[in-house]
Amino acid sequence: MISAQGLKRAGSDPSTAIVLLITVLGALWALFAAAYAPDAAMRGQSWLILGGFLTGIFLLTGSIAGGGVITDEREYNESLIKAGVIASLFWGVAGLLVGVIIAFQLAFPVLNLEPFGFTSFGRLRPLHTSAVIFAFGGNVLIATSFYVVQRTCRTRIAGGIWPWFVFWGYQFFIVIAASGYLIGITQGREYAEPEWYADIWLTLVWVAYLLVFLGTLWKRKEPHIYVANWFYLAFIVTIAVLHVINNLAMPVSWLGSRSYSAFAGVQDALTQWWYGHNAVGFFLTAGFLGIMYYFIPKRVNRPVYSYRLSIIHFWSLIFIYIWAGPHHLHYTALPEWAQTLGMTFSIMLWMPSWGGMINGLMTLSGAWDKLRTDPVVRMLVMSVAFYGMSTFEGPVMSIRAVNALSHYTDWTIGHVHSGALGWVGFVSFGALYCLVPWLWKRKGMYSKALVDWHFWVATIGILLYITSMWSAAIFQGLWWRTYNALGFLEYSFVETVEAMHVPYIIRAVGGVLYLVGALIMVYNVYRTVRGDAVEDDENVIDQPALEAAK
Amino acid sequence: MYEILSTFAQTWGLLIFVVLFAAALVYALWPRNQARFDAAANAPLTENDTPAIADEAETKDETDVRA
Repeated sequence: MISAQGLKRAGSDPSTAIVLLITVLGALWALFAAAYAPDAAMRGQSWLILGGFLTGIFLLTGSIAGGGVITDEREYNESLIKAGVIASLFWGVAGLLVGVIIAFQLAFPVLNLEPFGFTSFGRLRPLHTSAVIFAFGGNVLIATSFYVVQRTCRTRIAGGIWPWFVFWGYQFFIVIAASGYLIGITQGREYAEPEWYADIWLTLVWVAYLLVFLGTLWKRKEPHIYVANWFYLAFIVTIAVLHVINNLAMPVSWLGSRSYSAFAGVQDALTQWWYGHNAVGFFLTAGFLGIMYYFIPKRVNRPVYSYRLSIIHFWSLIFIYIWAGPHHLHYTALPEWAQTLGMTFSIMLWMPSWGGMINGLMTLSGAWDKLRTDPVVRMLVMSVAFYGMSTFEGPVMSIRAVNALSHYTDWTIGHVHSGALGWVGFVSFGALYCLVPWLWKRKGMYSKALVDWHFWVATIGILLYITSMWSAAIFQGLWWRTYNALGFLEYSFVETVEAMHVPYIIRAVGGVLYLVGALIMVYNVYRTVRGDAVEDDENVIDQPALEAAK
Repeated sequence: MYEILSTFAQTWGLLIFVVLFAAALVYALWPRNQARFDAAANAPLTENDTPAIADEAETKDETDVRA
């Protein structure tokens, strides 16, 4: 019999009291902002913030009255992960839907409804990018990191109520940011549009996330920290640093929405792209590589191809990625040595990227047949293939001469989406398809055939997207710099816009297919969770069954 | 200030990072670490559905109670 020593009820422990204090202070601030904010947007939004904090206070009081958060050291915290899976799917569909809408807006500008300002492309575009990167990607990362760190450290997540604070605090941040964009609150920094108050809130949540993760590593029962956790930790630490520095700003009023950046001119540009590119490097790459290093070995039941290579992959990625940002600023006021540095480091990134890709793919050695029999493995492998493709394309585009052609064209958008839809999206879907049967203790997904449908529909969607954008962009780039015999530009800008009409429609159709794939997944997950899984999927290995494999 | 920072970054900064990276390489490739890495690589494949409550070695007498 297991003794009850591991079971603990938080009651009203200091952590719960601190979280309660945070929510009460937040609610008071929101109340003052609702009354005295200098701008109308803030006065409006503070009601939403107040509502969020009051909900928090309500939930906390309920939890305390019920005896507090239960911490049972004999079990992994899986309800936390379940919540993360559901949030990921919800934000994924929302973000993809907004993406489809703005894709059609570009093809048919009439869809920017004039009487409704919030429907304009300018408002919806940051909504789309933030929703897919931070809401969908962020939730997948938080959920999988909490899962992987518990499992590979053989210990329950640390911190009692704090992991829940991280989860709900992060959702609250998303809601504040997204609603702000729609009513016109933005600081105009790409991928960092939320204003100062949302940034402070995210900092608080993120520090809690870091401490929960570190606390779990600290009490691990395994001597070695598995490589996936290194990638997750690098992602958490680096994003904290990037977020804080890029968002250094002085608010106009402590109750108003507007703030001014601490940086100006080229320093500002470099700070933004140091942030922007490392958001790609550490959020969209390092974090999702953590997923790759846990879920691919787990799904194919093979250890990672080379653990040594994974360590070298990790350190070279960490050492190189942080310098690549200046390639976004070719032919600008940025000193040329810095541009060259950004370009050189981007090209050097080929080695760790491809080393990591090979490591992921070769993990299938001896299990290649699963590509045929297991659509989830196919999805994971396709994601790693897209990782290889987009990390090949990226360095090529960072070369100054190529950048002269590609920059400001839709090639950039095509490149980003081959990484985002192909790599980040597929590795996330693959991980979620693994997690759902494990968490809800099912024998498999409700329908393997639907996983296959998701895979093919989404893959065709990506292909339509990237091929249309790539070919369109070559035209754009070439036309923009075609001169006639007299030295004048051959094409006016609007002619190149007109020529984009058909490629934009193809791109939007690709987006629709990708969204349809995600909806198929949501249905499949819903049926699985409901307990309708009938097929016994031999690829879903019961977690404890591994004693036999030893 | 710009001169000082860029000179530092291009000399000592570079050197520090190269040395640190070399140290990471040596750690990864050191032959004697092979056994540890093999064990680590198998970590996701040898997990249980419940956490390890205490180190087996430390609580040997407790193990009997739990079994």
